[in-house]
Amino acid sequence: MAEETVKLPNPSSLVVSSSPHIHQPQNARRVMLTVVLALLPACVAGVYFFGWPALRVILVTSIACIAFEAFFCKLFKRPNAIGDFSALLTGILLGMNLSAATPWWVCVIGALLAIGLGKQLYGGLGYNIFNPALVGRVGLLIAFPKLMTTWVTPTPGNFLPDAVTTATPLDLASQGTINADYFNYFVGNMGGCIGETSAAALLLGGVVLVYFGYIRWQVPTAYITTLALITWGVHLANPATTPTPLFHILTGGLMIGAIFMATDMVTSPMTKLGAVVFGIGCGVVTCVIRVWGNYPEGVSFAILFMNALVPLINRYTATRPFGLATRNREANA
Amino acid sequence: MPKQAKFHGGIHPPEAKVTGAFEIQTAPLLETYVVPLQQHIGAPCNVLVKKKDTVRRGQLIAEPGGFVSAGIHAPTSGTISAVTTCTGPAGASVPAVELTSDGDDTPDDTLTPMDDWQNSAPDDLKKRIADAGIVGMGGAAFPTHVKLSPPPAKPIDLLVINGVECEPCLTADHRLMLEDPDKVLTGTQIIARILGCKKVIIGIENNKPDAIELMQTKAEKLEMEVAPLKVRYPQGAEKQLIYAVSGRRVPTGGLPMDVGAVVQNVGTAAAVAEAVLDGKPLYERITTITGTPVVKPGNWRLRVGTPLEAALTLAKGVHNDPAKIIFGGPMMGLAVYSLDVPIIKSTSGILLLNSDETSEFTSGPCIGCGQCVDVCPMNIMPGTLSVQIENERFDLAEAWHAMDCIECGCCAYMCPTYRPLVHHLKRAKAEIVARRKAEQNK
Ligand code: SF4
Ligand code: SF4
Repeated sequence: MAEETVKLPNPSSLVVSSSPHIHQPQNARRVMLTVVLALLPACVAGVYFFGWPALRVILVTSIACIAFEAFFCKLFKRPNAIGDFSALLTGILLGMNLSAATPWWVCVIGALLAIGLGKQLYGGLGYNIFNPALVGRVGLLIAFPKLMTTWVTPTPGNFLPDAVTTATPLDLASQGTINADYFNYFVGNMGGCIGETSAAALLLGGVVLVYFGYIRWQVPTAYITTLALITWGVHLANPATTPTPLFHILTGGLMIGAIFMATDMVTSPMTKLGAVVFGIGCGVVTCVIRVWGNYPEGVSFAILFMNALVPLINRYTATRPFGLATRNREANA
Repeated sequence: MPKQAKFHGGIHPPEAKVTGAFEIQTAPLLETYVVPLQQHIGAPCNVLVKKKDTVRRGQLIAEPGGFVSAGIHAPTSGTISAVTTCTGPAGASVPAVELTSDGDDTPDDTLTPMDDWQNSAPDDLKKRIADAGIVGMGGAAFPTHVKLSPPPAKPIDLLVINGVECEPCLTADHRLMLEDPDKVLTGTQIIARILGCKKVIIGIENNKPDAIELMQTKAEKLEMEVAPLKVRYPQGAEKQLIYAVSGRRVPTGGLPMDVGAVVQNVGTAAAVAEAVLDGKPLYERITTITGTPVVKPGNWRLRVGTPLEAALTLAKGVHNDPAKIIFGGPMMGLAVYSLDVPIIKSTSGILLLNSDETSEFTSGPCIGCGQCVDVCPMNIMPGTLSVQIENERFDLAEAWHAMDCIECGCCAYMCPTYRPLVHHLKRAKAEIVARRKAEQNK
């Protein structure tokens, strides 16, 4: 052998663990952060239309959600999970699902419901059944029905608006006034929750998420298509008194629900087929509520209802192992 | 050119095949070899030598302990200095013999060349493969003669030669195809003759265009097909490869022979050729030594029983202490913790990884993202299974097809919360097998 000195590895520094030994450069934290970034366009749109009060609502819910996450982790003696950014995401989503006129203490209660009741009571991230932000929103809707349906008139570009209350297009429609003001609906110039109004901004975020593969495109596609088909049928039957499918798609919480809420990984099905079933289910339930129910809006309830069915959907849409069909066919042959 | 079918799932990790252009070097003789007496899947061998015995290169030192077993041959000539145990790549202690070389490398002549193999009876050829101790060299180490003995009820009409080498970092098979294509093809012909099988497809991934071209020119004359395959891990897994080149689906729980196919690795084919043409038993193989910490990565012809330490010395050692040393590739290889672990018949690579290149799999929660499901080549649901297994619900895991898992690691590679999915699945498979056995013995 040559006389040079050869450095050999130090065995005591070696780690032994099961294969695989490499991992793609991605983690839950990065996924959550990307979703947060994908929400930003809609946040910006919300602040543009509803001014600083909108920003205040989002900030309060975000900070409160993070604080409650830290608190509950301590309480239940779990490792502090605020670093995975899922609480931040819940906070932003919750804020975007509130009116810009929501008082700060209502925001805090919403955050408590979302993180405490919606997530930590189940065991934390991954174990919750319902979308935490929606648990917060619906909890508030039940507790403060009046406050939660007080909408302010958008004041594009005016960041210090005088809060003038208004009704959402869906409210008006349920009272018989259908305004086909599609362009304003598309950009977000209408009454409603901070983050739900601008379909354009939400779509932009959705495209980003589909590109990165962080949401299943099957969910929003199936959801929106189902809703469009049913409302189209209804509209054809009663063109004068019912809104068009486009109206249904662009107003209310459908866009944010279909793109950001129904697609939450934890509370939606595991498989692609499951995602389609889930999306269709959300669409059907939303229509039932909007068209035949008492509420003008149905997205939150629909998604929560379908969340409850996810374990069942997972069971019946389980993948078929490679080679399973062949065996059966051969056995029959 | 056969059309390629796309198997479900799969991933494309960085290929990192830095040694692809490095010629195979032959390792100089060492003073001592530590030869494990179990290097295959199946029955353990019975040792035939005792301390102070002298042996020749290629002499049988442990005989197969059953039909599903493969004998072990001395890697060089010398004296048995101890009958002992050593730590095998799998981490467990295995019986082994320590062989002190006499430096002469005198060959044993028990096995004589079968020059007239084209007219030899298939059974004689098969016997030769068994006598030469040949096992699957792609990693599985299943005794080759067993794989070439399908029951008469399962005729074989397709021989697939696996030159895919889908594991990142490894280049041993690539180099073999470039440097010794004739040997691979002769071995292939011998195997085809044993199986009585006319159709041969050689699968090679298209990140090895030079190997594809060379093999294509040579294979054409022998009426074999070369299938260039789009790179996707784990294309080299038997069931996925058969599907990719022929569209046949091996039934769940079944074997390739259930669809009339047999898969052999290119390295195994070359070993078959050497056993038949040269009477050479399997006591050396080509191994890629690679990884960022390695000073001189390369492809080496190493004798079985070469201790890891000696192998790393050939590669001029390391720049810095690695976090992991892996026998095999990064996706399915085995991490070892000692430099005494010997190279065995199935050691396709030695891979060293720095701590920033390898990843720690912690038990984060399953956030239900479904990415593991999307990439699983067996189309099972690793995330769901891992939760069942954490809860010790092995009955559920069995019903949700845990046994179909091929341990390829695609799922864990993707999981955003770094769940140790392969660890869970291996555990479940062992548990389910144990339960089935207990059930039978009742
Ligand atoms: S990839 Fe991980 S987090 Fe996602 S579903 Fe599978 S196990 Fe769960
Ligand atoms: S479950 Fe098994 S077969 Fe499927 S990706 Fe994971 S290791 Fe591979």
